[in-house]
Amino acid sequence: MFNSLSDRLTSTFKNLRTRGRLSEADIDATVREIRRALLDADVAVPVVREFTAAVRERALSSEVSGALNPAQQVVKIVNEELVDILGGATRPLTLAKTPPTVIMLAGLQGAGKTTLAGKLAHALKGQGHTPLLVAADLQRPNAVTQLSVVAERAGVPVFAPHPGNTSEADDPAADAPLIGDPVGVARDGVAYAKERQHDVVIVDTAGRLGIDQVLMQQAADIRAAVNPDEVLFVIDAMIGQDAVNTAKAFADGVDFTGVVLSKLDGDARGGAALSVAKVTGRPIMFASTGEKLTDFEVFHPDRMASRILDMGDVLTLIEQA
Amino acid sequence: SPLGARLLSVLSRDSLTEDDWDEIEEELLLADVGAGPTTELLDALRTRVRVLGVREPAAVRDLLRAELVALLQPELDRTLHTDPRTAEDGTHLPAVTLVVGVNGTGKTTTVGKLARVLVADGRSVVLGAADTFRAAAADQLTTWGNRVGVPTVRSDREGADPASVAFEAVARGRDEKTDVVLVDTAGRLQNKAGLMDELGKIVRVASKVAAPSEVLLVLDATTGQNGLSQARVFAEVAGVTGIVLTKLDGTAKGGIVVQVQRELGVPVKLIGLGEGPDDLAPFDVEEFVDGILG
Ligand SMILES: Nc1nc2c(ncn2[C@@H]2O[C@H](COP(=O)(O)OP(=O)(O)OP(=O)(O)O)[C@@H](O)[C@H]2O)c(=O)[nH]1
Ligand SMILES: Nc1nc2c(ncn2[C@@H]2O[C@H](COP(=O)(O)OP(=O)(O)OP(=O)(O)O)[C@@H](O)[C@H]2O)c(=O)[nH]1
Ligand SMILES: [Mg+2]
Ligand SMILES: [Mg+2]
Repeated sequence: MFNSLSDRLTSTFKNLRTRGRLSEADIDATVREIRRALLDADVAVPVVREFTAAVRERALSSEVSGALNPAQQVVKIVNEELVDILGGATRPLTLAKTPPTVIMLAGLQGAGKTTLAGKLAHALKGQGHTPLLVAADLQRPNAVTQLSVVAERAGVPVFAPHPGNTSEADDPAADAPLIGDPVGVARDGVAYAKERQHDVVIVDTAGRLGIDQVLMQQAADIRAAVNPDEVLFVIDAMIGQDAVNTAKAFADGVDFTGVVLSKLDGDARGGAALSVAKVTGRPIMFASTGEKLTDFEVFHPDRMASRILDMGDVLTLIEQA
Repeated sequence: SPLGARLLSVLSRDSLTEDDWDEIEEELLLADVGAGPTTELLDALRTRVRVLGVREPAAVRDLLRAELVALLQPELDRTLHTDPRTAEDGTHLPAVTLVVGVNGTGKTTTVGKLARVLVADGRSVVLGAADTFRAAAADQLTTWGNRVGVPTVRSDREGADPASVAFEAVARGRDEKTDVVLVDTAGRLQNKAGLMDELGKIVRVASKVAAPSEVLLVLDATTGQNGLSQARVFAEVAGVTGIVLTKLDGTAKGGIVVQVQRELGVPVKLIGLGEGPDDLAPFDVEEFVDGILG
């Protein structure tokens, strides 16, 4: 239904090629198309602004005017800039010198943290590690049950001393909505792992809003209590302009060390990836690509760049340049 | 609020420059209204400002607000249809509400909150746990049911056929002359044909007892432009009658529903404002627009 950026740029380039050189007006027209594509892909407005300015500047430079195929050169620049922000090379998990390695998960409600806990445990177990899952979300109804089921499916143990929010528990009071002591559970979980010689601990936490100061403080307290080697911020690939606010809030609140982009098996273009990487400077490490334990992979910046711009065939154009 | 203040300062100048218009555009984009609708809105506003010769900043602001309100069609019926019926043969038919959407948007929570509202209104309610896929999904729904004091129909088998759970829940509502049956379904991404077919089947099978009077699509307010694609596909597969916009207690504005309503004509009926049982409210067009405009 929509003309993809590829289509639109390709037709722009057809005109350009006959003229040979790019005028400033040509570049502006191209940059406008790119801007629109980024916005349609949910890249955050301030990131779009900065990005297009950088592309425009490079496009106006001698790098382009001297090129044989200036139009393709512009696209090449766009792609390079995107991949650069998305984090050129991916980074593996940081493992502790003295085990256990502690990995804490954090993010908005429903982002995919608990599911990711199972996937990480499953993958690490496959690599010969002995992970332990820690149920430090006592807030969401039956989050502890959910993590226990996930752990069982992954074939790893779970540390769940508190049942969390279940129908047996008292209704959380409106004036005291916080349940149990998730900070204590997280701390005890790490101690338990040391005792039992688990070499990785994955701490699942409750979903929380960036502006929820009470819950954000709780997350900071969990971080302080377990001193994690990695704090992974899980973000839904479908998120729109709020990505920036949220990412900043979690960067300030729990100082995350890496990002996991979830639900990439959907058809969202995932511009949030660019926004989060750009505004926090933290690497995107993994992609979550389904509901099953194995739907999990290392993040590929180059694939993400083509996905955001919907420009698979433009990359072919670059290669011909 | 920053947007209100900025808009006001932008609009309070005598005549707007291109930069000023860009600034307004940016504020609409930041609310996830989308590039297409934002351009259309601004074009319309520019024309009206010119035609009407408006110079008063407050008047320009009112015009923009009015454009947005009109786009959201305040005249649409936003009531929830939850009255039971009697079939021609005298059988009691509960009002069936099916809750659908992509993963993690707040479907189960919304069912819990809705049950609370209905019970407070004196209605009898049965919950149907037709999410047989997600780990502990039925437990989560049962917890909500217990809190509100309503029964939950569930399968004791993980991975059971969700359509038959939905059928059983509605049948129980029929047999026990329950007013409303609320059916929770598994989250599914709209590009997964198999899962969307499964949803179609849930609707068809439940309808053998009583056709849903409401199919509520739960959209997460943080969702960007993909929300439109969600709405299109779910509307086609499940015949969506209303939208619930959740997580409006965060910083996201939920502007995607402007496009959704315009294209599908399906009204936003309810909003989610938190994780607690009472955090559900009717959708109010004017309040929503004021949220977008700060
Ligand atoms: N399609 C798809 N679904 C996913 C993915 N990751 C998680 N989900 C689903 O998204 C929903 C929410 O996932 P959870 O793991 O419960 O999310 P969470 O962040 O732990 O949620 P809270 O604890 O409530 O904050 C579930 O239905 C998951 O099955 C993914 O990569 N792809
Ligand atoms: N802040 C906030 N959180 C919400 C709201 N509605 C739901 N949540 C939270 O969002 C998360 C997901 O909610 P669920 O009701 O489990 O979502 P779901 O759509 O049933 O998820 P799946 O069944 O896994 O697809 C939970 O942590 C809820 O507590 C809301 O209006 N505001
Ligand atoms: Mg969770
Ligand atoms: Mg659910």
